[in-house]
Amino acid sequence: MADHAPTETLALRVQFDTEAQQKDAATLGMWLFLVTEIMFFGGMFAVYTIYRSWYPDVFAIASSSLNQIIGALNTGVLLLSSFTMVMAVRAGQLGQRKAIVIFLILTLLFGGIFLGVKAYEWNQKFEEHHIPGQAAFHLDGVLPGDQGHAQLFFSIYFAMTGLHALHMVIGVGILLILIVQARKGRFSASYYTPVDVAGLYWHFVDIIWIFLFPLLYLIDRHLVK
Amino acid sequence: MITAAAQEREHYLNASYGLKSWLLTKDHKRIGLLYLATITLFFFIGGAFATLIRVELLTPQGDLVSSETYNKLFTMHGVMMIFFFLIPSIPAVLGNFFLPMMIGARDLAFPKLNLLSWYLLVVGGLFSLYAMLAGGVDTGWTFYTPYSTTYSNGYVVATALGIFIAGFSSILTGLNFIVTIHRMRAPGMTWFRMPLFVWAHYATSLIQVLGTPVLAVTIVLLFLERVLHLGIFDPARGGDPVLFQHLFWFYSHPAVYIMVLPSMGVVSEIISTFSRKAIFGYRIVAFSSVAIAVLGFLVWGHHLFVSGQSLYAGMVFSFLSYFVAIPSAIKVFNWTATLYKGSISFQTPMLYALGFIGLFTIGGLTGLFVAALGIDIHVTDTYFVVAHFHYIMVGGALMGYLGGMHFWWPKMTGRMYPEGWAKLSALVIFLGFNLTFFPQFILGYLGMPRRYHAYPEEFQVLNVLSTAGASVLAVGYMIPMIYFIWSLRYGKVAPANPWGATGLEWKTSSPPPVHNFEETPVVTHGAYDYASLMAEEVEVG
Amino acid sequence: MGKFQLFPVQASTLAPEVDHLLYFLLAVTVFFTVLIFGAIFYFAIKYRRRSENELPHVQHTGYTLEILWSVIPFGITMVMFTWGASIFFTASKPPNNAIQIYAVGKQWMWKLEHLEGQREINELHIPVNTPVRLTMASEDVIHSFFVPAFRTKQDVVPGRYSTTWFTATKPGKYHLFCAEYCGTNHSGMIGWVYVMEPMDYQNWLSGGAAEGSMAENGKKLFEQLACNNCHKEDNSGRGPNLVGVFGKQVQLAGGGTVKADEAYFRESILQPQAKIVSGFEPVMPTFQGLVTEEQLVQLVEYVKSLGPKPGAGPVDNGQKPAPKKSSNAGSTPANR
Repeated sequence: MADHAPTETLALRVQFDTEAQQKDAATLGMWLFLVTEIMFFGGMFAVYTIYRSWYPDVFAIASSSLNQIIGALNTGVLLLSSFTMVMAVRAGQLGQRKAIVIFLILTLLFGGIFLGVKAYEWNQKFEEHHIPGQAAFHLDGVLPGDQGHAQLFFSIYFAMTGLHALHMVIGVGILLILIVQARKGRFSASYYTPVDVAGLYWHFVDIIWIFLFPLLYLIDRHLVK
Repeated sequence: MITAAAQEREHYLNASYGLKSWLLTKDHKRIGLLYLATITLFFFIGGAFATLIRVELLTPQGDLVSSETYNKLFTMHGVMMIFFFLIPSIPAVLGNFFLPMMIGARDLAFPKLNLLSWYLLVVGGLFSLYAMLAGGVDTGWTFYTPYSTTYSNGYVVATALGIFIAGFSSILTGLNFIVTIHRMRAPGMTWFRMPLFVWAHYATSLIQVLGTPVLAVTIVLLFLERVLHLGIFDPARGGDPVLFQHLFWFYSHPAVYIMVLPSMGVVSEIISTFSRKAIFGYRIVAFSSVAIAVLGFLVWGHHLFVSGQSLYAGMVFSFLSYFVAIPSAIKVFNWTATLYKGSISFQTPMLYALGFIGLFTIGGLTGLFVAALGIDIHVTDTYFVVAHFHYIMVGGALMGYLGGMHFWWPKMTGRMYPEGWAKLSALVIFLGFNLTFFPQFILGYLGMPRRYHAYPEEFQVLNVLSTAGASVLAVGYMIPMIYFIWSLRYGKVAPANPWGATGLEWKTSSPPPVHNFEETPVVTHGAYDYASLMAEEVEVG
Repeated sequence: MGKFQLFPVQASTLAPEVDHLLYFLLAVTVFFTVLIFGAIFYFAIKYRRRSENELPHVQHTGYTLEILWSVIPFGITMVMFTWGASIFFTASKPPNNAIQIYAVGKQWMWKLEHLEGQREINELHIPVNTPVRLTMASEDVIHSFFVPAFRTKQDVVPGRYSTTWFTATKPGKYHLFCAEYCGTNHSGMIGWVYVMEPMDYQNWLSGGAAEGSMAENGKKLFEQLACNNCHKEDNSGRGPNLVGVFGKQVQLAGGGTVKADEAYFRESILQPQAKIVSGFEPVMPTFQGLVTEEQLVQLVEYVKSLGPKPGAGPVDNGQKPAPKKSSNAGSTPANR
């Protein structure tokens, strides 16, 4: 069999035999990583499911204290960011270096908006005394004996949106690195794997939010008169 | 054959020198050795804690250390041994070193990620070590709430953080192995030509990738509850302390298969080599590894039989727990059948492998006891369980690890270990181990609870026997430490294939060259084809 | 009690059952251990390498052996499962004529309370040959009530009631251990169970505390905490009449029913809005933080003592009661 060249390129590292093999491996690696993320968030979704099934009414009231308009708008922003991410990958496929940078920057912007809105929402919760564990916690419409259950809802809310936001921040960091690299001309039609693979990560974080939004914001909303 | 001149030949150990060449290496073989140093250190720390525990338990009163200290000792013993020794051990040392070679690859798919995995283990270990030195943690390695979230005064967060970081080391290693096995097999290396060691690591990696994230999120919730008082497990707010147990064991049960499956892979290699015969029922043994990995995710509730879990959940988990025993039993039968009409030789690796089969059989059979609902009511949370898991983890996994270390030492270092001393220490370990842990089965059925600092007088004789065994065991572990290091300088120079083993790693020199193979191998026969091997040797020799 | 032993004494009706299963498991273990060890020794010696270039002939066998040594062990394990499950079933269902005793675990002691009012710390006196149903609560962390001689163990989880039962068969003194790690003095949270002849037990009971029975103390609390302001026995109060409620199915507001057992009473005191009785308003205040677990069991016993005497009923190990099927009026934004 052929010996490999002693020097390696970005697209063909020394441990791989062909560029296709390397790209394949990178993609499989990212999908596997996303599976671990599903298991990670899955633990929290399990906690949510159990407590919601135990305290459905309190959860519904607590959910209605979240602003569904802002949540929906934020969901739209994130979906837009996934679109621009797809466009960045497309630009990579076509070797359009400038376009890669522009779309990555747009994705970054939308991600930043999402995070900013999230910070605003969290601040709202602080003002309304919906932070669990604090003595001043109080949710209107829920009797004193059930305030503890309401705290559970908000514990889950902060834990899940917090973890999601953390993943967004990491995503933002990755985007920054990619933007710098793209501006230096690191990517081309024959090597844009990092953009591709970062795109997978970004879409995944988006999908987590698509689940979080209805589960947290929209409990029993269809029953509102 | 290696001549004196050939010893000047370049290989992975002498190709570059200096701290940077090690700390920034991308070579899976060097990373394996970095792991070796790290986990050996953690092993001895965990062992030191065990020594103190066993010395304390010589007398019924708690007279050596205070109760608080004792509770920290058993906690930290468990944390060190499980998360910082057993979970990494074989995959991180032997898997890293040999998995690429066994499938004919030049390295793992993601060498830099591999190095990161090592750094994560080191950082995680340092966090936990810091916690231990700063004052210790006393929750038990299981961290049950609400004790760990609300009542414990120890360094819970620091220790949990260390475990969290180490968990990522485990996940990334598993991810690396899966991609490597899927995408980097040499031409002709089909799935069913892979050595069983590789199959075992594939199954292990599946568990690492799917299970460890659940531990991670459990630790996050524990952290949030303890630090921010969120309330997820707080009964006063409608939370459920037992929910923590479900989340914890969802990972920690599959984790025991992370700890034992690689060892089973090692045993397959050794039994085959030292019987000069293919493993009986290769495909079945390969599938049994994957079956154990899958079924292992379905049985976590057997740790919760008396926790308040529903009667019916208990029945389902008990039933499934018996199911998962069957693939393990199949392996034991298949290994034994491999010996039939084989050509058996008894070098040290074989002694460890045979020891594994015997002790794993006993440990596994006692698993049937605890899986029985009616018996588990009585023996759960007693020394019976302690004995059961030490038979598997120490009598099983650790012996497999030592067997593998002896088997592959010549390949990794280019030196032979001294066979006489090695056989002696294998024997000492086997005897010391049984003396330490067999009395604990009896203690457990008598009713001695685990995690007890002081105990009723009538349990003393058995405890003294156990401690006596532990001191023998400790000696047994010291001896290989000494002769392995000794062999690096004074051991006989090793040939490429001292055992007559099949497997691509034995086709390279001892130690191997930096990129493993001068030419990418092309595989034309199955994993344990001794006939072809001997035919080749006749040709060459 | 320093006598060295290798096997625990059997002092309950459950113990011989558990031990019989143990013997079966031991027999299977010894059989397979001898089989495997024996086979290994035999093969190792018989097939030891005699010459350097020995090459065994590889036979290609079918799958018969594999199937045999999968199916047969599976059959054996299914026997073990069924046998173990049936013992577990028995251990989970106390007989209806069991006497009721309460236990409260806290760091690091066991507080036992008899209905007649006797309180014990780290000791439990019970009559021989009489089923005893032990309802347990924790004031802090998870503990576990373990009596090796009875072969019983049950975790005691804060926030719920846990139940275990046993019928002692041999008078004597038996170890009681906490079996779930609970902090510094976990190994000091131990005591004794005294099994007495019926006459001796009666003597012990009557010579005991003059503080009044649990139900009497519960009644005092009921009045002190003003429960009787709303829960009137003439149905005129804002709360349901509690006479004769224990053991019955209670109709809930919005549909569904629940069995009025100890766990239901405890929950109703601590989380009154969880299950509102049909026809009543959700106006009961919570007593969370205002009553200890010990006071709770006394209140529970008082309510049990009202009206016809019910059976002890099956064990409820803190199952979360069935979720409500629908909402209370006025407590959600929706009307169904």
